[in-house]
Amino acid sequence: MGKVIRTLGLLTIICLPWSAQAVLNIEITEGVEGETPLAIVPFAWEGKGKPPENIAAIISNDLARTGLFRLIAEKKFLEHPHHGGEVNFDNWRTLGVEDLVVGRIRLAANGRYLVQFQLFDIYRKSGAVGPGSDDAQIKQLAGYNLPASKKDLRRTAHYISDIIFEKLTGIRGAFTTRIAYVTASGSKDNKQYSLQIADSDGHNPFTVLKSPEPIMSPAWSPDGNKIAYVSFEGRKSSIYVQDVATGQRKRVSSHKGINGSPAWSIDSKRLSITLSTNGNSDIYIMDVASGRKTRVTHNTAIDTEAVWTPDNRSLIFTSDRSGRPQLYRIPVRGGRAKRLTFEGNYNSRAAFSPDGKTLAMVHGSGSGFQIATMQMDSGELTVLTNGRLDESPTFAPNGTMILYATSYKGKGVLYAISVDGKARQRLLLQDGDVREPAWSPFTQ
Amino acid sequence: MRNWPKLFVVAVLGVSLVACSSTGDKKEEPAEPIVEDRMMDGSGDASSSALPQEGMFQGDPLDDPAGELVNRVIYFDYDQSDISDEARAIITAHANYLASRPNMRVVLEGHTDERGSREYNIGLGERRAQAVRRLILFQGVTDDQIETVSFGEERPAAEENDESAWSQNRRVEILYQR
Repeated sequence: MGKVIRTLGLLTIICLPWSAQAVLNIEITEGVEGETPLAIVPFAWEGKGKPPENIAAIISNDLARTGLFRLIAEKKFLEHPHHGGEVNFDNWRTLGVEDLVVGRIRLAANGRYLVQFQLFDIYRKSGAVGPGSDDAQIKQLAGYNLPASKKDLRRTAHYISDIIFEKLTGIRGAFTTRIAYVTASGSKDNKQYSLQIADSDGHNPFTVLKSPEPIMSPAWSPDGNKIAYVSFEGRKSSIYVQDVATGQRKRVSSHKGINGSPAWSIDSKRLSITLSTNGNSDIYIMDVASGRKTRVTHNTAIDTEAVWTPDNRSLIFTSDRSGRPQLYRIPVRGGRAKRLTFEGNYNSRAAFSPDGKTLAMVHGSGSGFQIATMQMDSGELTVLTNGRLDESPTFAPNGTMILYATSYKGKGVLYAISVDGKARQRLLLQDGDVREPAWSPFTQ
Repeated sequence: MRNWPKLFVVAVLGVSLVACSSTGDKKEEPAEPIVEDRMMDGSGDASSSALPQEGMFQGDPLDDPAGELVNRVIYFDYDQSDISDEARAIITAHANYLASRPNMRVVLEGHTDERGSREYNIGLGERRAQAVRRLILFQGVTDDQIETVSFGEERPAAEENDESAWSQNRRVEILYQR
């Protein structure tokens, strides 16, 4: 009987490259208004009927989420220009706008679209300017014609956000990257778990794996092509590596006991994993192509949640060898582990910032669990959040934001927070618990 | 909680039917603590209707609703894997049963509450399952009768975010494979 049920469970696991799903709503909960006043004029649609996509709204939401910009409300606009030649810059100076985005969407051949946009810095002039300076010389910071199919229009909007963000901050935009996360829905005795990938704003989620048993610990390969994860199909843990584009997957570890905490080496060739073949959790390194494993930690404590240092030569991991969970560093080849965290009685689940200078972690003090960051050079610890059950921090690939999971009104939800902790937004799934976010690397 | 009526039944059985135990492995169980348990309960008069009228339970001891194998969940303190005396008695009963049936297999599922990070909790759940496993092996059960799996915080028994739910979730479940 038990066997039959297990087999049925396996049959209902669906492994998909793509499928439509409910949309994440993003709700700005603690928006700290940014410094830079920015106006984004709704793009003109130079075709028949309704515009195929509200490009300006997508860009506005992207930029507002960073907490760096103050977006001027459309109702204050004195004009609605759609290209540089139509702009009366005095109308924008009156509103205190510093930067202006205008654009239009045109129908191109074969049912495709052409999205044009221009970004102006209203107070900067290009080149030499004579007396009674002419608005024709206002500095255009960026201007592009971008062809797109209907299905690509949201992505095109995120791409425009990337360009604007980089022009205005000097930092590469990460709006075209994606997030993976795990959802759990249904009643306690009839749970459905899924691994999903969505745009960075939570739209276009698609399910890459569905299962009646838990799914855990999604991890993007640094080249962005694969996701490793833990799945309890058949009520046993195994580690899988799934190709994001094709949905094809391979079971890479299924030992007795724990198969957990997959984390990719910087070159995307090896995984650090946690196994319990010796009766308790220890960290191993596995060559993904050959499956060959070498053991890194030898300790009767729980050693788990390893991540690779940016030089590919060490691991930071969680261990309770001192009695409570703390973070340690150990060479990939094994050796002596060095304790890194001393503040608080619980520090675990490390995540590196892309530049390797900052480590985010789950930090337990007397009052629950928060997300904290530690500077690798000074060891200085900063607690960023104020929840009770905050966990699973993951950095945006440009290092400006951290996504994490917490509990809100009894439900698992995701929050995005700026790295200084000042701006924070909740991402709400319409149904069920959302957990274990993993922000993708930059797409190549 | 659930073992109070069970102990009471065992005590009454012990008195009225002398050595007539439902599992046949009872002889190790001392009589005195059972009587004490019953007296501590202080409400023995209320549960006498639960007595089986026809004497011994006939089927597999695993199916005996009044048997000592009814308890299949071991509970733990926060971030701990120590086994209490009460839990030790439950585990010993299962170990004796398993030792007498070398073909019977169990899966020990380790679980934790939701606090702390998820993969650390997988490690903690495994440690709890291993603590139970070691105690069972100590009674002469063979290694291939036992499998452990840790679900960490992924499969809570109670879904609320408070201590009463958490205390139900810090557990090892003994699941017979038959």
